[in-house]
Amino acid sequence: MGIQSWTYIIVGVTFAIYIGIAIWSRVKSTKEFYVAGGGVGAWANGMATAADWMSAASFISMAGIISFAGYDGAVYLMGWTGGYVLLALLLAPYLRKFGKFTVPDFIGDRYYSNNARLVAVFCALLVSFTYVAGQMRGVGIVFSRFLEVDINTGVIIGMLIVLFYAVLGGMKGITYTQVAQYCVLIFAFMVPAIFISIQMTGNPIPQLGFGDQLNDGSSMYLLEKLDNLNVELGFNEYTDNTKPLIDIFAITLALMVGTAGLPHVIVRFFTVKKVADARKSAGIALLLIAILYTTAPAVAAFARTNLIETISNKPYHEVPQWFKKWEDTGLISFNDINNDGLINYVNSEDNELYVDRDIMVLANPEIANLPNWVIALVAAGGLAAALSTAAGLLLVISASVSHDLIKRVLYPKISEKAELTAARISAFFAVCVAGYFGINPPGFVAAVVALAFGLAASSFFPAIVMGIFYKKMNKQGAIAGMLAGIGLMLFYMLKFKFNFFGGGDSSSYWFGISPEGFGTIAMFVNFIVALFVMNITSPTPDHIKKMVDNIRIPENE
Amino acid sequence: MKSNNKENIYWRSNIKYVSVLLLFWFTFSFLFGIVVKDFLNQFSIGGFKLGFWFAQQGSIYVFVILIFIYVRLMNRLDKKHGFKN
Repeated sequence: MGIQSWTYIIVGVTFAIYIGIAIWSRVKSTKEFYVAGGGVGAWANGMATAADWMSAASFISMAGIISFAGYDGAVYLMGWTGGYVLLALLLAPYLRKFGKFTVPDFIGDRYYSNNARLVAVFCALLVSFTYVAGQMRGVGIVFSRFLEVDINTGVIIGMLIVLFYAVLGGMKGITYTQVAQYCVLIFAFMVPAIFISIQMTGNPIPQLGFGDQLNDGSSMYLLEKLDNLNVELGFNEYTDNTKPLIDIFAITLALMVGTAGLPHVIVRFFTVKKVADARKSAGIALLLIAILYTTAPAVAAFARTNLIETISNKPYHEVPQWFKKWEDTGLISFNDINNDGLINYVNSEDNELYVDRDIMVLANPEIANLPNWVIALVAAGGLAAALSTAAGLLLVISASVSHDLIKRVLYPKISEKAELTAARISAFFAVCVAGYFGINPPGFVAAVVALAFGLAASSFFPAIVMGIFYKKMNKQGAIAGMLAGIGLMLFYMLKFKFNFFGGGDSSSYWFGISPEGFGTIAMFVNFIVALFVMNITSPTPDHIKKMVDNIRIPENE
Repeated sequence: MKSNNKENIYWRSNIKYVSVLLLFWFTFSFLFGIVVKDFLNQFSIGGFKLGFWFAQQGSIYVFVILIFIYVRLMNRLDKKHGFKN
């Protein structure tokens, strides 16, 4: 059977499962809509969190990025996993004990102020919309590459599916579809990885094959070979850093703290039954995420070695069929500058080959000559990753509007039923806006996604951590800290990414830190400003201190 | 009088656990994977240079282990102080 037929079958079956789950998990109350009734088990929540977290970027782009960045790719690997340690130790159990529905709920109640709540709503909406646009685009791209439909048609199909289960089932529908989506995406990621690991090293475990000897008879270690190939072509050694270490440090920390501060991740811990489950499911989530995140760098190294050996210095008329196929999509291109008919892939202006990073996962099974059903599986996996993340984000958006804005600020007397309707309507509009951005992607998506982490790191994380661990922190301090953190982060991004305020390039970065890593600095500024303002303003009221005492401990027997 | 009730003892043990675990978190990722990785790269395990391995593999395993250690410690602490588990 051809790749196309396999893709239709596998994608069709997975979509049918998602729709079936949506119909089974219809909800009737706002508590079910926002936090799945608070009755999700630790394993289900761990799986849902893992799918929620691993987006189209993790599934499709990350291995490719690492493939070209080598050691520097560690910023994503450590940054996007280490944040779970912070989540499990510093945030999740206490937010579960707090027991409301959203992150702005916590900020607003803990800092006894609707202004703090509104600042949090603003950040949550900004972060989530930025993210969701990228996911919808991812859905469109997977559809167009594997099923040869128009990107826009792909985005609309994705919107309809998400709309169906998010509007009908709210968090409950989303949670159980995410459980299914985790299974699809991890299977789809691991199967080709295992195949390729066996092909290249004879070791069926990619994490070990990564550090094993090649089975081409040379008995050379894979990484040693790759270091040599990279140096031959004029690149840095694969295992060595290209960016300055201080920048790598800052980016890693910003991504970790940003991860722990992202509202769509935090809100998953409101759905479990008890405090102990919040801790446990954070561990399970990271375990399940780690399966993909420890495989991705192995795939990156396999794919790069494979690509260089298959293509570098080979005559263009002899390239394999996949090369031509992906050339049509513009993801790979060859420009014979010196007219010798050979593909020169080097790190200089003589380079003749352009390879899009996404190809490392999307085309990897073809490059390695894997069976057609494996190639089709990758399409279903990419869709599962994009849809699960999109759904989680849409729920944050709809809850921010219907709960934080309408119920808590504008019309506190709104009935349960009306709030649920409002939640559904806002989910509907959120899907439409996300779809619009998926069809007309703003050119700055990539830049703004980095901003999303910086924003979360510089606003939510310090406010929540101090809210739990520092009873004396008052509303003036927290609001001033959040505004200072976000303000500085926005300023730095606008200056260095969008050329405002005189612009600048990497030589004028503050302390040598790129905008991606600047969330680290902005976070410290948030802490410092908050502490300073707290000291010159009125103290936290006693009833708030009691509330903090209460969230610090699990239920009494 | 306030500082010795069971809630405060519980909280202080929690802070102690969290601090120690975060020290490990920092050491295995930022320290071994970034700050001293060039030094560690002199050593290797299998085909991996050690610093590179911590940055792209080892730190992630350690993160998972740290969370599960915290889960166990806290479950025990909850039980000791009679909180619902």
